[in-house]
Amino acid sequence: MSQGTHPIQLEHVSKRFGSFRVLDDISLDLPKGEATVVLGRSGTGKSVLLKHIVGLMSPDSGRVVVQGQELTVLPAADVALVRRQIGFLFQNAALFDSMSVGENVEFPIRRHTQLSDRSVRAQAREKLALVGLEQDYDKLPGALSGGMRKRAGLARAMALDPAILLVDEPSAGLDPITSEEIDDLLIRVKKELGTTQVVVTHNIPSARRIGDTLVFLHKGRVLVRGTAAELERSKHTIVEQFMSSEAGG
Amino acid sequence: MPSWVNALFVLPMARVGDSVLFAGRALAAALRPPFEFKETARQLYEIGWLSVPLVAVSGFAVGIVLSMHTRASLERFGAEALIPAALTLALVRETGPLVVGLLISGRVGAGIGAELGAMKVTEQIDALEASAVDSFNFLVVTRVVACIVAMPILTTVMNFTGILGGWAAESAVSGLGLFSYLRAAFSIVQFTDYLPGTLKTMVFGFIIAITASYLGINSSQGTQGVGRAATRSVVLASVLLIATNVVLVRLIFFVFPESAQ
Repeated sequence: MSQGTHPIQLEHVSKRFGSFRVLDDISLDLPKGEATVVLGRSGTGKSVLLKHIVGLMSPDSGRVVVQGQELTVLPAADVALVRRQIGFLFQNAALFDSMSVGENVEFPIRRHTQLSDRSVRAQAREKLALVGLEQDYDKLPGALSGGMRKRAGLARAMALDPAILLVDEPSAGLDPITSEEIDDLLIRVKKELGTTQVVVTHNIPSARRIGDTLVFLHKGRVLVRGTAAELERSKHTIVEQFMSSEAGG
Repeated sequence: MPSWVNALFVLPMARVGDSVLFAGRALAAALRPPFEFKETARQLYEIGWLSVPLVAVSGFAVGIVLSMHTRASLERFGAEALIPAALTLALVRETGPLVVGLLISGRVGAGIGAELGAMKVTEQIDALEASAVDSFNFLVVTRVVACIVAMPILTTVMNFTGILGGWAAESAVSGLGLFSYLRAAFSIVQFTDYLPGTLKTMVFGFIIAITASYLGINSSQGTQGVGRAATRSVVLASVLLIATNVVLVRLIFFVFPESAQ
């Protein structure tokens, strides 16, 4: 499987926290330009999986290869180069409290481009407009609602038009309309920019809408992988329960 | 190994070793590029400039109190004329640096501990790393450098306002004019009295920033952990600062023998 067609490859990745095995021999190749939705009950290692892909965590064993680079053996400076191609929306947005919403989105652009101050602001405004927050440029994150924080986090994750977008619970805590708007935005970004997306969610309607491929994690292992229709036909009780619920929606 | 041995000796020693490595890493990173000039300037503003009112007001009050005590002592020997010089000497050699150290460990130590702790808990540090930014350089080194630079300046502010406070107290009692007071104050005090005491506050700044950053970045257990990191930062930085001061004073006497006179 080449990195050209599969920019994210996990090979036999395992991770323990104390005696608890969070990831247990996970092997996945995620196709370029597609959205892979990771499903599973809370505590099954979905967010941990995302953190391995961006190099925030290292596996106890196995390999994580992103854009052809094996993160586990790369020096820190080279890991940083890989990370520049990745946008990450954290579960709670993780906006920098000391900066305004606009400055949060400007931050990666200022750090990694030589654009003029005017262009940086224009690009940040454009990203905030995509998530409907252009009017909130100068607000501090503390003044935003949970949904707005999440959208601002998404704007920051997309600031550099990354090749890979990792999204942790995009619709958690959002009303159904905003949740659908975020889904539409992710679909549009994927279509227009060819972004490879990995989305962790509990929201089944959202997973059906966004996901080209759905991966179901259970007890740290990949239980099932396939399209939404394939997962719906799964004979695993836990997957059946999950897919038939509208949980989190 | 029995668990009590682990809890009483092994874990604390591991923590000390870890924090020493952390401090060494910060020192090494401060001396090699990339330098985070913009963030360091922002920290200088937060740590230095915003501490000026606290330091200035405290210095003025300390000056008044020192003047009252000095007068009470020197009056017994009929040596009131030495009050300005005695006060200034006490202030620039020891009182100013130590009081600034303790004030800043309270204001800035707690601030750094709480801010970095909150950033850790809310995944902002992870977000920095995910944005391909070296979070250690961006968060720790900038604060350490800003603290090291700000401390001597703040100490000078304290010395200055302390002398003014001393003059205000003395003026209220004896009606001594400002210029006469300053002339009397600096008739004995030399630059070598000011320099070592002021420069040692750079070490204080390093201790405060490193202690608070280490505890903040390693905080856990949610908001409770953040609060604990802030409190521990102040307590530990203050204790370390006072203990280090003993060593530094001895060192200053060795390097600047005239300071011991």
